[in-house]
Amino acid sequence: MDIREQTPVVAAVAAGGALGASARYAATLAWPTAPGAFPWTIFLVNAVGCAVIGLLMVFATEAPTAPHPLLRPFLGTGFCGGFTTFSTYALDTRGLFGAGSPAEGVLYLGGTLVTALAAVVGGVAAGRALWTRREPA
Amino acid sequence: MNWLLVALGAAVGAPLRHLTDRAVRARHDSVFPWGTFTVNVVGSFALGLLTGVASAQAHLLLGTGLCGALTTYSTFSYETLKLYEGGAKGYAVLNAVGGPAAGLGAVWLGAEAAGLL
Repeated sequence: MDIREQTPVVAAVAAGGALGASARYAATLAWPTAPGAFPWTIFLVNAVGCAVIGLLMVFATEAPTAPHPLLRPFLGTGFCGGFTTFSTYALDTRGLFGAGSPAEGVLYLGGTLVTALAAVVGGVAAGRALWTRREPA
Repeated sequence: MNWLLVALGAAVGAPLRHLTDRAVRARHDSVFPWGTFTVNVVGSFALGLLTGVASAQAHLLLGTGLCGALTTYSTFSYETLKLYEGGAKGYAVLNAVGGPAAGLGAVWLGAEAAGLL
């Protein structure tokens, strides 16, 4: 791997990731959820992050003009990746099962998955409506 | 101070995810997103481990920051959609079902291991 080429990309990912994770942390401070309760804040953080990455990836890969090469590492891999989280999702799911609410555990596990996929589909569709030139019929 | 711990952990976790993904892509010519799958499983296991051992501050640095940014839901969802759009519908379903199942298994294993320590 070319270090000279990768250094700015890695720096952009680190900066975006730090910002994204800080935003997630701020959301959990603003809207705390009790241990064993349905983790609404992380649920919504993940949904929002998925919608944003859908929009962004269309802008970065399908729009007529290519954006700055560091936009995708900073906002996509970095910010969205740091904002959303899979580990806390897994841990909180286990917590719901452990707290004796397996139905809520299943609902959180599946509900996050379905909502996240719907959000990324919505983000991509919105991005294509905004930025992708239609093929002439 | 707390905020700084989260940011510091994430400033390591996010590039670690990026570099892992690149390394996996360079070695495996597969449409299945093994890079993201790997970091999500490893990060979930590590967060499970932390449940038993970490102080509140260590949890902010290593849990909320490092594991939080090492793992990702946005790229996981986006890659699932791209598999589906690219015609690899079986892989899309496998990723959508296998990712959360593996993450849950990993966090459970990590927490069990922490309990033994």
